Amino acid sequence: MADEVVLLDFWPSPFGVRLRIALAEKGIKYEYKEEDLENKSPLLLQSNPVYKQIPVLIHNGKAVCESLIALQYIDEVWNDKAPLLPFDPYLRSQAKFWADFVDKKIYDLGRKACTTKGKEHEAAQKEFMNCIKSLEVELGDKPFFGGETLGVVDVSLVPFFSWFSVYEKFGNFSIELECPKFNAWIKRCLEKESVSKSLPDQDKIFEIFVDIRKKLGMDRIMTFCGQVVVCRAKSSNILDQFLTLNEFCSCYSE
Amino acid sequence: MADQVRLFGTWCSPFSTRVIWALKLKGIPYDYIEEDLPYKKSAQLLKYNPVHKKIPVLVHGEKPICESMVIVEYIEETWLQNPLLPSDPYGRAMARFWVKFAEDTAPAIWMVFRTTGEEQEKAKKEVLEMLKTIEEHAGLDKKRFFGGDNIGIVDIAFGQIARWFGVIEEVVGMELLEPHAFPLVHAWTNNFKDVPAIRGNLPDHDRMVAFFKPFRESLLASS
Repeated sequence: MADEVVLLDFWPSPFGVRLRIALAEKGIKYEYKEEDLENKSPLLLQSNPVYKQIPVLIHNGKAVCESLIALQYIDEVWNDKAPLLPFDPYLRSQAKFWADFVDKKIYDLGRKACTTKGKEHEAAQKEFMNCIKSLEVELGDKPFFGGETLGVVDVSLVPFFSWFSVYEKFGNFSIELECPKFNAWIKRCLEKESVSKSLPDQDKIFEIFVDIRKKLGMDRIMTFCGQVVVCRAKSSNILDQFLTLNEFCSCYSE
Repeated sequence: MADQVRLFGTWCSPFSTRVIWALKLKGIPYDYIEEDLPYKKSAQLLKYNPVHKKIPVLVHGEKPICESMVIVEYIEETWLQNPLLPSDPYGRAMARFWVKFAEDTAPAIWMVFRTTGEEQEKAKKEVLEMLKTIEEHAGLDKKRFFGGDNIGIVDIAFGQIARWFGVIEEVVGMELLEPHAFPLVHAWTNNFKDVPAIRGNLPDHDRMVAFFKPFRESLLASS
């Protein structure tokens, strides 16, 4: 019986891109289902009742949630081609450590670097660049974190490329100038069809952010009861329809 | 001769205790090095974990592994007796999901510990949300442990609920894991603590209260 693979996803999500790359690397045919995050499908809510988030990989009716977990699942099931994790347990532990590092650091810091001001922004930007530099050290002289081919760290990290131009513009720094080795790694990844075809258009991602900031304006970001909140453009009433900054950003992410 | 196994940890850390549980469940001999945290970090710790500079760190031969659940998976893959993960990929994915959930929600109880007022209330809500999710979704109505008949990696990941929750509840004067509100989770904590490898490797409740009470006071005084 042929495998039935469905991916519940949202086009700008770097977490969804991770799975698109992995599925492409392994040549797995799947059905892509775009989710409207403001109107989540019953399938999504049923498949991920705990987080109600994308991406979700559904394999023969069974749902696997959380992108890094789904990457490992894909690697274990379709183990005949393009391994994402090494065979040796120690090297596997190192790959998992760095994939975990990407999850803990890159996403949050990058987001902070372009949605905060003043000292908080400076601290986030500095830490973000330090993280990129740590990753450069880990990469060393290898073409990819996975060695000669893409590994789980490459697949976890490269989707953020679409957001790097946003981080750079609003964070006011240049990855190309400050981390040329990292920049070279990005370019090598982009030469892979599985990556270039899975990434959303960088200009479209940039447009999302510009559009949001234009619609809302930085003065619509304020504190309310000690929390940073963003007012939805649709509502002019400050007490009506507000979200925390995290909830706002999470509309575009896992 | 097998490579030496060393564990850098602290006696009251739920994270280094997770690693001890995994080593004990698999019967792996190891040397334990107590770090003098939070006061100072040894040169060896900084050498073996330059990125996060934290315990636990497992050093196998001269190979360091950091982050407690990464270490537990390494132990699982290196020593194959008494498996902590199911063998089928879907079962493994489900286990890893709950491990990640445990990791993502672990900080909340420590925020209850280190804050007061509004911040503490917010953290308390997160803890209760977490307990509710486990109660409703983790399948404890159908099995004794998260791992089924025997404890597995998810039980290890949630282990701090079984001892550290009680300690923090006493230190801050708040009940969070109410038995009538979370009967399944509560029953699990008792089953978990009954397992010999766990029972013999749980930091003492009173000793931890005696340590954490003044520690909380000093944290609040300096903030």
